Amino acid sequence: MSHLIFLIILFPLIGVITNTFFTRRWSEAAIGIFSSAMVGASFVLSVAAFISLLGMEASARHIEQVLFDWIRVGSFHAPAALLVDTLSCVMILTVSAVSFLIHIYSIGYMHGDTGFRRYFIFLNLFVFFMLLLVLGSNFLVMFIGWEGVGLCSYLLIGFWYTDEVKATAGKKAFIVNRIGDFGFMLAIFLIWTTFGTIQFDEIIPRMASFPIGSSVITAICLLLFVGAIGKSAQFPLYVWLPDAMAGPTPVSALIHAATMVTAGVYMVARSHFLYSMAPAALEVVAIVGAGTAIFAATIGLVQNDIKKVLAYSTVSQLGYMFLACGVGAYGVAIFHLMTHAFFKALLFLGSGSVIHGMSGEQDIRQMGGLKTKMPKTYWTFLVATLAIAGIPGFSGFFSKDEILWKTFEGHHYVLWVVGVVAAFFTAFYMFRLLYLTFHGKFRGSKSQEQHVHESPSSMTVPLIILAVLAAIGGYVGLPAALGGSNHFEHFLHPVFAGGHAHLLLGGAHHGVEPVEYIVMLISVIVALLGIWLARSGYFRMASWPGKLSKGMIYTTVLNKYYVDQIYDVGISRPTVKFSEIMAEWFDLGVIDGLVNGVAAFFNWVAGWLRRLQTGFVQNYAILMGAGIILVLASLFYKMFF
Amino acid sequence: MDSYAAQIVGILPEILLIVTAIFAILLDLLSKKEERSWVATISLVGFIGSGIVSVFLWNRVGFVFSGMVAADNFTAVFRILFCFIGAITVLVSPEYLRERKIRLGEYYPILLITVFAMMVMVSAADLLLFFLGLETMSIALYVLACLDRRDSRSTEAALKYFILGAFSTAFLLYGIALIYAQTGSTSYAEIMTALIVLPLEVVTVAGVGLLLIGFAFKVAAVPFHFWSPDVYQGAPTPITAFMSVGPKAAAFVALIRVFTISLESLADIWTGAVFVIAVLTMTLGNVVALRQQNIKRMLAYSSIAHAGYLLVGIVAGGPRAIAATSFYLVAYALMNLGAFTVAMLMNRRGEGDYQLDDYRGAGFAHPLLGVTMAIFMFSLAGIPPTAGFFGKLYLFSAAVEKGYILLVVIAVLNSAVAAYYYLRIIVLMYMTRAEHEMAAVPSFGGYTLTLVVTSVLVLLIGSLPGGLLNLLLAALP
Repeated sequence: MSHLIFLIILFPLIGVITNTFFTRRWSEAAIGIFSSAMVGASFVLSVAAFISLLGMEASARHIEQVLFDWIRVGSFHAPAALLVDTLSCVMILTVSAVSFLIHIYSIGYMHGDTGFRRYFIFLNLFVFFMLLLVLGSNFLVMFIGWEGVGLCSYLLIGFWYTDEVKATAGKKAFIVNRIGDFGFMLAIFLIWTTFGTIQFDEIIPRMASFPIGSSVITAICLLLFVGAIGKSAQFPLYVWLPDAMAGPTPVSALIHAATMVTAGVYMVARSHFLYSMAPAALEVVAIVGAGTAIFAATIGLVQNDIKKVLAYSTVSQLGYMFLACGVGAYGVAIFHLMTHAFFKALLFLGSGSVIHGMSGEQDIRQMGGLKTKMPKTYWTFLVATLAIAGIPGFSGFFSKDEILWKTFEGHHYVLWVVGVVAAFFTAFYMFRLLYLTFHGKFRGSKSQEQHVHESPSSMTVPLIILAVLAAIGGYVGLPAALGGSNHFEHFLHPVFAGGHAHLLLGGAHHGVEPVEYIVMLISVIVALLGIWLARSGYFRMASWPGKLSKGMIYTTVLNKYYVDQIYDVGISRPTVKFSEIMAEWFDLGVIDGLVNGVAAFFNWVAGWLRRLQTGFVQNYAILMGAGIILVLASLFYKMFF
Repeated sequence: MDSYAAQIVGILPEILLIVTAIFAILLDLLSKKEERSWVATISLVGFIGSGIVSVFLWNRVGFVFSGMVAADNFTAVFRILFCFIGAITVLVSPEYLRERKIRLGEYYPILLITVFAMMVMVSAADLLLFFLGLETMSIALYVLACLDRRDSRSTEAALKYFILGAFSTAFLLYGIALIYAQTGSTSYAEIMTALIVLPLEVVTVAGVGLLLIGFAFKVAAVPFHFWSPDVYQGAPTPITAFMSVGPKAAAFVALIRVFTISLESLADIWTGAVFVIAVLTMTLGNVVALRQQNIKRMLAYSSIAHAGYLLVGIVAGGPRAIAATSFYLVAYALMNLGAFTVAMLMNRRGEGDYQLDDYRGAGFAHPLLGVTMAIFMFSLAGIPPTAGFFGKLYLFSAAVEKGYILLVVIAVLNSAVAAYYYLRIIVLMYMTRAEHEMAAVPSFGGYTLTLVVTSVLVLLIGSLPGGLLNLLLAALP
């Protein structure tokens, strides 16, 4: 297997190249099926990698393939190497499986779009970079993937680039991400200057000489986290993600829910050996994660655009993952990452199906009663909603509850309360969404009502498969408290055990404490409470939502706490103003003056030097003679002095 | 390597080229007119065959013919490079010759002999053998430069080249004689050991100085460069392309073998002069290139500037610098051959005479030419992800390691100046409009193949430079 890892990333790349150059005349179906097949091949190979890992000794599950020696300058050395261990294996399985389903779904969703082929080129390219990101065995390869997925995200958000709003959303995503990427770059520089290597497995032994809490490692971790904040849309850089919903809905599902935005979580988990040495940085990760979880959840309570609700929900769920990382439960973070990929991709694809059926309508106030008209979409959407709300038996329950339990167990009681309240909000806004969309009376226009239809099977089949995954995906990590043996954490354990076990709460911990049942019970009660409240407000149509919407708190939340406006007034406008001044005075005056001056000087020198080339061979010989004398003189000078 | 057969194997690539050359001459003489196009094909096969044999000689042979010929891996690398350069030159020549109505059968055989002589130069481990190679190459080049007999500029350039070349050869030979007088040997290895033992004499230093002057002429370093702009402009363009990369690389390899290895013990004496020559060469090349309106002349001055960068590697010395210099030679060969090929194609529209103004708006009118030319110009300017970037990076970092900070600062500033005239072509191609309707470029498979191969290689080496560098590090003499 170790020689075949490169094939996992090669197939999507073949898809990109073939679609770019050779499929101009192919039919839509052929392009779609070919592109999906390339991703499917990656999935099959990922499964093969998984099986060969299972066949190994638990502590030896580590396959590395060095493709070639990439850069070697001075003492800097970066091989292009891929690494499959249990962590990246979970990632490639999740990424390739979800990508494959979304590729299939896209064939139906993008049907008839003039950019059909371009869409699949970008989508394949995205899968290539995403797999590269998770398979890279050093920070630089990871960074290439990181930048690549950012590029694809930009290209796909602004996919319909003739619409200026969408093009602007793409730019916003790109620029905000640059801030994070800059942090990531600085972190890589610092890692190299500190450890003299950027290979994950070479850094670990070199950390021995650093004390726990060493300031340089804390700085590295914080800079890495700046990168993660940007890519994974955490406070305060989350602002790009809601706008990113401008892209096609399958893209929102794949890139802006299931895979790319989780790259930050993966990166923190991958760098666990660094974080475990920096308790202060972990504290920051946990606080930012929990804070974002509740902050985004409150905004999600009042959104009326079906995709915006889901976008804030994604931000909030990513917050949970960082909370898990922050309390040292990396394995649980990855567990939630996986279950979230299933149910959130399903929610987005379901919303895509709704939007498709509603002829492009995205406002849930204009929907209602779609349950009977789109039964497959409804039932799968319901499964995902139950999963994200944390109803026992569905995947989201196991992973989210595990996060809250680890937080509690680590004595982070305040963060635990925050997490529980956010879980309450989550259950509420998700069921509000469900009731407004699928129950009650149809509130849209007459023409919309006539047009509503269930989506084609290329769209509903992926929904059903994802619904199955969202329902049962959690059982791989059934905790001991519920009679399971948590295969998932045991599988990941070798990776995270390499760091500092004393800070690590997951994995090796086996004892079941009674308080775990109480914590679990509280989560369930809170979720049911949220559902009950949503039912009263939006199914029974009680009057309290209407009254609340007149208050100031509601307006503030509806306007997303005015964060976008604050950024606009506090950052964007001053920056533009400053740029204008710099452009007029500094750039035109000083820089251009200098540059033009230098250019004029060289031009003048060139005009003079050019005259040496007279064309007469005699002149050349004389000048050469002068040169000969000077060379000999310099040598003799060196000899005698 | 005792048996006679094994010795022959060591020089098999050279033998193959000579046999092909003889065969090509005979074919040209004995065949009918319409069958003469076979000569080009035969030459191409000869280059490819010789290149393949060179690949197989990797790690197989060492010194042969009593240590006169170094058939080592370092030689193998450059044999392969020269065969590549030769093959590319053959690919771009037939159309050019047909258009210029140069119907000379000796074109390809002379090209084969030139490459043969270049191989002798790089594989020589003895000053006399090196000199034979150098002279064979130079004489062949004088002929190639004036093949377009009806073009007065071509013949004038060739005559200048010949006079100044003869002038410099005299110095070179005199240098060899003085060194022989002092050390009693012409073998690189024996000279090296003798110089370590012998006390420093005026005769030795004079010999080294004269040798250096001879080399400086061959690599067109300032102030011994005067021949090159005139010759580059006057010679048939495929030959200009060939001369700017092949013979220059051969001279540099010999320079590495003689100066950075054999004469290393005298490095204190000669590095100062090479330092100054390097600075003058890159500065003059770049500054004068700024004002050129003719692309062949611009590339001629650019070629002088690149020789200046390469001399940085000679100044630095040591394994890393040698590997970096070799890397640069490979990168430079690829990008310059590509750039000249574009220039040839642009000129085939039948207007002007290699004027830069022809490039206005060409990027959109001729997409393939535009994109590949942009790649070559970025690479020549040293912008990633191209081979030229890593060439400069390796070269300059090797010099920094040896403490030549000032030299590297000057070289980097020079690169900044150079970026102006390289990028100007891209600006002309993509950001200005053509003044008149663009004539279609009559294309031909050989050109397209050349452009695709060179540009892909430039990008490939530019994104994955480690492979080539490791290969060169493994091949060090």
